[in-house]
Amino acid sequence: MGAVEKQHTEVAAPAAWDYAPAPEAREIVSFERRYGLFIGGEQVSPRSRSWFPTISPSTEEPLAEVAQGGQKDVALAVDAAREAFRTWSRRKPSERAKVLFRIARILQERARELAVAESLDGGKPIKESRDVDLPLAAAHFFYYGGWADKLEYAFPGRRPRPLGVAAQIVPWNFPLLMLAWKIAPALACGNTVVLKPAETTPLTALLFADVCRQAEVPPGVVNIVTGDGSTGAYLVREKGIDKVAFTGSTEVGKAIQRELAGREVSLTLELGGKAANIVFDDCALDQAVEGIVNGIYFNQGHVCCAGSRLLVQESIHDQLVRKLKRRMATLRIGDPLDKNTDVGAINSSAQLERIAELVQSGVDEGAELYQPPCRLPEKGWWFAPTVFTNVAQSHRIAREEIFGPVLSVLTFRTPDEAVEKANNTMYGLSAGVWTEKGSRILWMADRLRSGVVWGNTFNRFDPSSPFGGYKESGFGREGGRHGLEPYLRFE
Amino acid sequence: MSQTVALPRSLELPGGGRLPRPGSVDAVSLEGRAAELAKRSIKRESKLFALDLAIRMIDLTTLEGADTPGKVRALSAKAQRPDPGDASIPSVAAVCVYPSLAAVASRALSGSSVKVASVATSFPSGQAPLEVKLADVRAAIAAGADEIDMVIDRGAFLSGRIGQVYDEVVAVKEACGDAHLKVILETGELGTYDAVRRASLVAIAGGADFIKTSTGKVSPAATLPVTLCILEVIRDVYDETGLVVGMKAAGGIRTAKQAIQYLCVLHETLGVEWLTPDRFRLGASSLLNDLLLQIRKQRTGIYRSPDEFTLD
Repeated sequence: MGAVEKQHTEVAAPAAWDYAPAPEAREIVSFERRYGLFIGGEQVSPRSRSWFPTISPSTEEPLAEVAQGGQKDVALAVDAAREAFRTWSRRKPSERAKVLFRIARILQERARELAVAESLDGGKPIKESRDVDLPLAAAHFFYYGGWADKLEYAFPGRRPRPLGVAAQIVPWNFPLLMLAWKIAPALACGNTVVLKPAETTPLTALLFADVCRQAEVPPGVVNIVTGDGSTGAYLVREKGIDKVAFTGSTEVGKAIQRELAGREVSLTLELGGKAANIVFDDCALDQAVEGIVNGIYFNQGHVCCAGSRLLVQESIHDQLVRKLKRRMATLRIGDPLDKNTDVGAINSSAQLERIAELVQSGVDEGAELYQPPCRLPEKGWWFAPTVFTNVAQSHRIAREEIFGPVLSVLTFRTPDEAVEKANNTMYGLSAGVWTEKGSRILWMADRLRSGVVWGNTFNRFDPSSPFGGYKESGFGREGGRHGLEPYLRFE
Repeated sequence: MSQTVALPRSLELPGGGRLPRPGSVDAVSLEGRAAELAKRSIKRESKLFALDLAIRMIDLTTLEGADTPGKVRALSAKAQRPDPGDASIPSVAAVCVYPSLAAVASRALSGSSVKVASVATSFPSGQAPLEVKLADVRAAIAAGADEIDMVIDRGAFLSGRIGQVYDEVVAVKEACGDAHLKVILETGELGTYDAVRRASLVAIAGGADFIKTSTGKVSPAATLPVTLCILEVIRDVYDETGLVVGMKAAGGIRTAKQAIQYLCVLHETLGVEWLTPDRFRLGASSLLNDLLLQIRKQRTGIYRSPDEFTLD
């Protein structure tokens, strides 16, 4: 052996590696000072003469003023849609398809601008608005554009016809994506729409009005009326509508259904959820942890199909919870426009209060709370990612929809017990099953009373896949061929 | 010396070693997570930190049939002083050569902090009798290698002779003595992430100090998902036993941008404690000059001509 001097120096690891801020350029989007209503292809001032500010939840800074749609405004919008329906419904289907394709292309072209607007107005991280909301919104228009001239084939022998004017009310968690889910199938089927965006997130819908202008959507085919809950109520009560599509809370959904009783207005509701994410002991553990994190901390848990109840097989409970907590500590919370942000701002102060109240109830009822150490920004509305262990089925945090970044962990022993616990809820929107056994996923899917069952994944969406609920999660399906049916009548 | 690791909640292995729950890997989700981490946007001082760290983690490699003492001496000089015009640039971790050139590298690097790594065990195929492989290892160590990069017998692994793979790792580890042992899985030949996970566990149980992805002779070599897969095994082993195992991603890493992606995966999987050349290495050659170019760009705001950096 050669007499070579060997040095053995241990190289110490650094104390930390902080990523420098990497903000997406905000300048790409410019908001007008004030937005009117989009009726009959034009921006018009509200008859109500009243306006309200829309506020960025991450900074509390007002972004723009939007119109408060009153009863008169809603009536005008429905009239415009009624008028436009006469020609739009008779338009050659392949011509309707072209309009949808143009919208899809323009959404792609303006994706960066719309993504920044979405993150500013709603608080969600730019990586989600950029990689999820915008690509999916465009995909929905492409997908339904494809159906527009093939409706006869979608429903062979049933002679599909458009319904008329669709009143559509969308929530604040995916403002532009839910708009796309609603508008794309409605237009493809030959209907015209009046859409009411959520009170706290109207801006991307108003930018979408400009997309409609660019895409040469005929005046009155798409109308956008901003406002609070009262505007939505006026819209539902309006005589000239043929269809209501609502996505939002179960409480409001029930009120809408009562309102429509006895009227010849068809209805689809996509309401709350309390999804079970069921983890078996033979699953790919680290990937299940990713799925759990994606299931509940995606979009700050503001997701109706969020995997808010983790049902874990008791034999791997400790190991899984340990892995989950460590993973939670790597979540980066803060500026939604920073490309490295994983969890953004809570959408509104009212929602923050509701989350805080339910989390307090969890502590009071004896569940064990964990939040990773993280510094929350001073301004804006924030809530640290939270997990509760030692949760019982009877706790409020296991029964009520929190709509925030809060996970409740329960255990089960056998597949039968997993099904029983998963179904033991008033909701039934989605569920996740994690196991190496394909046959067990199918066995579970047969027994779970939820509209969507994900196998070894969670929160995965595609325009060709139908989405909707059981029980108090609503009825009707959006997406896929199924998503055409609520916008058609059959002769 | 006992190289085998006793792991709790384990399965018995042929040869008496014990492994943690083999577990499984979901390819779709693993690749999704790796792709997500690849999108981390590393800027300014955090980027400079990563570029500097990446240099310190490099095993500067030449593994060609045409390697000569002159080539290895040039590489060794580059390894110690990657940028002759800038004393603030650190040395790389090691120079990686064939056993026949380990003595040249050892002399050229004498007195420096740069280690001599030598591939061995009939690199790259590992298709030779065990005695030949062990002789290869002993020769490399006698020539002054501080670190041995062995290959597993993929033929044995894929035909189900896991015990043989394990026995060979144990035997090589013993032949290594004080030298550091990196076990090359050649993940591009193993077919699935499940196989990579199992092979990693076998290597760790056999006494590997480092798990290394690839020889660089097979495509695909290192990828982000396979790196994440191995890092997750290392994390499981550390959690259950406290044993620290390192990892080397080798082959196909040519740009600073890629290197930073690997560091992000490492950082967010095993934490800041693993951000040291003692626990993570990048097997590469052309990567080094891109790192130098990017450091210069970060500091001056200007991309310099590639000719300003030496080709060795």
